[in-house]
Amino acid sequence: MIDSIRAQNLLTLNDLSREAIVEVLDTAESFVEVNRRSIKKVPALKGRVVASLFFEESTRTRLSFETAAKRLSADVLSLAVASSSVKKGESLRDTIATIDALGIDAVVLRHQSSGAALQVSRYVPHVRVINAGDGQHQHPTQGLLDAFTVRQVLATREGSNGLESGAELFSGLRVLIVGDIRHSRVARSDIAAYSSLGCEVRVAAPGTLLPEDVENWPVQVVDNYEEALEWADVVGLLRLQRERGSGSFVPSLGEFTRTFGLTLARARRLRPQTIVMHPGPMNRGVEIDSRVADLPCAVIERQVANGVPVRMAVLYLTVAGSSEGVS
Amino acid sequence: MSSGEQRQTPAGSLAFLAKGQLLARDEVERALKRMAHEIVERNHGPSSLSVIGLQTGGVVFATRIAELLGDIVGDGVTLGLLDVSFYRDDLSRHPVPMSSATTIDHDLTDQTVVLVDDVLFTGRTIRAALNALSDWGRPRSVQLAVMVDRGHRELPIRPDYVGKNLPTSLDEAILATLDGVWIGTKGQS
Repeated sequence: MIDSIRAQNLLTLNDLSREAIVEVLDTAESFVEVNRRSIKKVPALKGRVVASLFFEESTRTRLSFETAAKRLSADVLSLAVASSSVKKGESLRDTIATIDALGIDAVVLRHQSSGAALQVSRYVPHVRVINAGDGQHQHPTQGLLDAFTVRQVLATREGSNGLESGAELFSGLRVLIVGDIRHSRVARSDIAAYSSLGCEVRVAAPGTLLPEDVENWPVQVVDNYEEALEWADVVGLLRLQRERGSGSFVPSLGEFTRTFGLTLARARRLRPQTIVMHPGPMNRGVEIDSRVADLPCAVIERQVANGVPVRMAVLYLTVAGSSEGVS
Repeated sequence: MSSGEQRQTPAGSLAFLAKGQLLARDEVERALKRMAHEIVERNHGPSSLSVIGLQTGGVVFATRIAELLGDIVGDGVTLGLLDVSFYRDDLSRHPVPMSSATTIDHDLTDQTVVLVDDVLFTGRTIRAALNALSDWGRPRSVQLAVMVDRGHRELPIRPDYVGKNLPTSLDEAILATLDGVWIGTKGQS
């Protein structure tokens, strides 16, 4: 168990203690303040170089990581894979070596292969590696920003800033994660974060979209989805990952929507306080009805907005928290 | 607090072991009142005065000075708090600030800003604070009030208002609160 991500890589949430997660959430809270200022920039990472390597397409993760790095005054090297030597067949190892030769302090890596971030951290042990999603394995900053968003909503409701009540808000919180659990790195990171923080996590999915080793996960598989919706404090929906072949794990998209989509009729079963989340991008009309996505209980845009302060916190702790480079 | 008693300093730092008390509670209060009057005198009854307390030690002093200034000049005194963690030049000591550590909700352009801290030592915190302030506009002037000046400056920074000058050695530590000022050492508790 890691008790702080200071000067560490962030590859997975599975080995982070509750303290380490709370430290990120607390740090992110002070970056929310920075993002409210008219000058949204602090010099914490001045002179540091962050390389942003996205081997898979992404809108919000890439934009919010790069925004976060810039608001910390870091220089950002952004590799557009589609127009890079990767297209000529350059290996991941050689690409990393090339970027490392330019002098970098951190790599933010999105890759289609599970374990790519761990692999890169072995190639360049002196560089901090932040996993921005690797295959079906982990998407740690999404798990952190989902937890941050839940804490923010609950804390606002209780009229505090979330710090005094800290992690207690999560204790016994009932979280239901629905959909393509099997292919989802977001589900794996969310489950790790929520269960470290003391939530009770259940999952609902067609049998084919459950991972084979689900009995080893810190979750309970629900038998009755409709009842679970009434039970939940937080409902986390997942995108049906058609690019990973999810389409062939269900009879049809319409069938998936009929059985597990959050339709307007099902949304009526939710208790008034229940929070609905989706990591985006949404397949409107598949896992979530378009009208449900626009209800006040859905905090999907707030999740996107929180991406910047949470990723600032992660960069700040992993890069600035290192002992080298005292000026 | 008796000599040798331990006192917990903010999270993450070493415990403070007191050797002796240098100022009592009423002496701290008198020093703050004097500083408040000096601030008014220097600024000719300011119309736009911002008192900015530095996290975490300066907060209680800034709050009290702002109250005292309010008693003297009435309206026109605003209080803000500033956390300089993100502006420090010593990366290895980047601490994690508390939530809502910075609460400056107005533009400081053309304001007279009085920075308030508990102990002035190397001056690096003040340098960081001056850099931070520029993100909130261009103050007309920035002045510095500290409860204790303990010497050992590493930068060309000097205070405008001092509660007490206390020459110290480098291995000593100072704890300044509204309840009094102690000298001691930092050590493992």
